[in-house]
Amino acid sequence: MQMMKDRMEGVPACTFPVVEAPYPVISNDWVNGEYKLLVVEAEAAGLAARAGQFFHLACPPEGENDNFLRRPMSIHRIDRERGQLHFLYKVQGNGTRALATLQPGDTLDALGPVGQGFSLPAATQHVLMVGRGVGLATLAPLAQMAIAQGAKVTAVLSARSQALVMGRQVLEEAGASVHVVTDDNSDSDVVSLEGFIRRLHAASPVDFMATCGSNRLLMLLQKLSEEFGAAGQVALEQRMGCALGMCIACVRAFRKEPGAEALTYRRVCWEGPVFDMRETVAW
Amino acid sequence: MVDLSVRIGDLTLANPVMSASGTLSEGLGDVFDLSLLGAIVTKTITDDLREGNPPPRVAELRNATLFSIGIPSKGAAYFRENTVPFYQRYNAPIVASVSANTIEEFGALAAKISVPGVAAIEANVSCPNLKADGMAFGMDAQATREVVQSMTAATRLPIWVKLSPNVGNIAAIARAAEEGGASALVVANALLAMAIDIETRRPKVANLMGGITGPAVKPVLLRMAYQAAQAVQIPVIGCGGISSAEDAIEYMLAGASAVQVGTASFVSPNIMPRIIKGIEAYCERHGVSRIADLTGTMRKFDAEALAMRGSL
Ligand SMILES: Cc1cc2nc3c(=O)[nH]c(=O)nc-3n(C[C@H](O)[C@H](O)[C@H](O)COP(=O)(O)OP(=O)(O)OC[C@H]3O[C@@H](n4cnc5c(N)ncnc54)[C@H](O)[C@@H]3O)c2cc1C
Ligand SMILES: Cc1cc2nc3c(=O)[nH]c(=O)nc-3n(C[C@H](O)[C@H](O)[C@H](O)COP(=O)(O)O)c2cc1C
Ligand code: FES
Repeated sequence: MQMMKDRMEGVPACTFPVVEAPYPVISNDWVNGEYKLLVVEAEAAGLAARAGQFFHLACPPEGENDNFLRRPMSIHRIDRERGQLHFLYKVQGNGTRALATLQPGDTLDALGPVGQGFSLPAATQHVLMVGRGVGLATLAPLAQMAIAQGAKVTAVLSARSQALVMGRQVLEEAGASVHVVTDDNSDSDVVSLEGFIRRLHAASPVDFMATCGSNRLLMLLQKLSEEFGAAGQVALEQRMGCALGMCIACVRAFRKEPGAEALTYRRVCWEGPVFDMRETVAW
Repeated sequence: MVDLSVRIGDLTLANPVMSASGTLSEGLGDVFDLSLLGAIVTKTITDDLREGNPPPRVAELRNATLFSIGIPSKGAAYFRENTVPFYQRYNAPIVASVSANTIEEFGALAAKISVPGVAAIEANVSCPNLKADGMAFGMDAQATREVVQSMTAATRLPIWVKLSPNVGNIAAIARAAEEGGASALVVANALLAMAIDIETRRPKVANLMGGITGPAVKPVLLRMAYQAAQAVQIPVIGCGGISSAEDAIEYMLAGASAVQVGTASFVSPNIMPRIIKGIEAYCERHGVSRIADLTGTMRKFDAEALAMRGSL
């Protein structure tokens, strides 16, 4: 022991938690007409990621578009056994279109893990997570974490149509009970959802709520978490420069304290992307 | 072994690479050891508390970015009590960037942050002078001179002046800063620019105008660093679009004694240590034993020969 201590002397107490590194691409396949799942091989630093954290991905240049800035992407799944990280992303603009061209054998230039992830109180019994669209990408690792911590998880997945529902399998494999609502089925509206959540809470009280990706879901959960006395966190997005808290570009307005009227800007990449729902201002 | 140290006035830096103000925070310390840097230049502060501009604050351009942050600030007391102690854990000297609404406030703020741990103060004069119709101090030679005089009267720390590139005659402003007592010039801040999303017809940043930064603007700012270096005796620190050792060396050949790196750290946070290594490799390759000897050694085309060729 003493020898080890001596050897540690002069060595910086912490190594560097954020790494900029090439990650070998294992697969990059369509999961439906809009989304792709990117699976990469990761080393210890990447696998140390926690639920709710994200990576800042360099998108390869394509023709006229050099995709100068990186793109923030949540970690959809941390597979420590296989040494893999999963990203679930919507192909929409120049950057994500370029990401979609990555082939097995290519490398993904990723910076991370960055940001403050979810923090689940130790005694949490029942987590309710509600995700709309890609919001789910961020919530899936929370299910993994909550179940490992001994909590029960109910996941409500909201989408335009059945074909666009994603992540059901990842969540079920993690041990969550999954409830799907769709616009096509007319059960994704706020009134139907509120009814569902109230019945769920009556049967098995919810003490932690999490959401991402939809303003109306945030407002609903803000109301219900307050009424139920449950803690709540939300993962937010904003346009980013650096993802390291340096440029102060990625701000949104937050209440200075839970419930306070006075607002202040906070950096989504550094103070977030996961925030206390009571401080979050709906947009 | 290459001697990478450079002198900026009375201050000796271990190497010529430092952060550009507003592009480094404690987060970069999660990526590499900031002691490797020649200096740590902190984000501009004002003494009044400010939230900064509304989002969106950033847009991507080709090989460049448009940023419109404003100067969010927690004031001088916060800077003294939190920012300085944080960066003191590293070996690199701390350069505190400041801004103010009036010439007098520049001096007052310089005095307030002249605390142990701060090695130099950088005046960001690209902000509006509230007593002169909001025209930036840095667009006016007299205002620039008076800002520096106000600061040198208020502190014994060296004053660096970061010039605004949004001027017609950079040499005149550079000379005014030197006359005011500046120890060094940083050339330059971001060029004023704008961009519109043609689908939504909205400006790409909420504040309408912002600064264009990154490699696309390097030739313009390199030209200004050259012109400033020609105009003054004090050291010039080159800044604008530097993202490789080659870019840094180009600035030094043009007359810069050191360089600041901004946007490139967003694209690749390890860029500054890589630039330092690359500069060393260049010196070895070119048999340069002291990096400081490189400053201003661009070899111009011979004027007579040019004239002869021109008359053919
Ligand atoms: C913390 C965080 C986690 C995210 N996780 C995911 C995820 O897991 N899956 C997913 O599909 N998307 C996610 N997003 C959104 C994703 O970053 C954007 O869809 C992506 O940047 C779009 O890039 P583009 O070039 O294809 O689109 P364009 O619209 O062409 O992008 C133009 C610029 O705007 C930025 N931008 C556009 N939309 C967003 C947005 N919603 N948020 C932030 N920046 C944006 C881009 O980064 C780029 O700089 C996340 C965003 C944040 C902030
Ligand atoms: C996000 C961002 C914030 C900046 N904030 C400041 C600032 O507070 N004070 C300042 O003097 N310059 C500021 N700048 C300008 C930079 O310091 C630098 O002059 C400019 O970005 C050009 O260098 P670059 O091309 O290497 O980024 C900022 C630039 C960026 C991109
Ligand atoms: S993206 Fe730069 S501070 Fe958040």
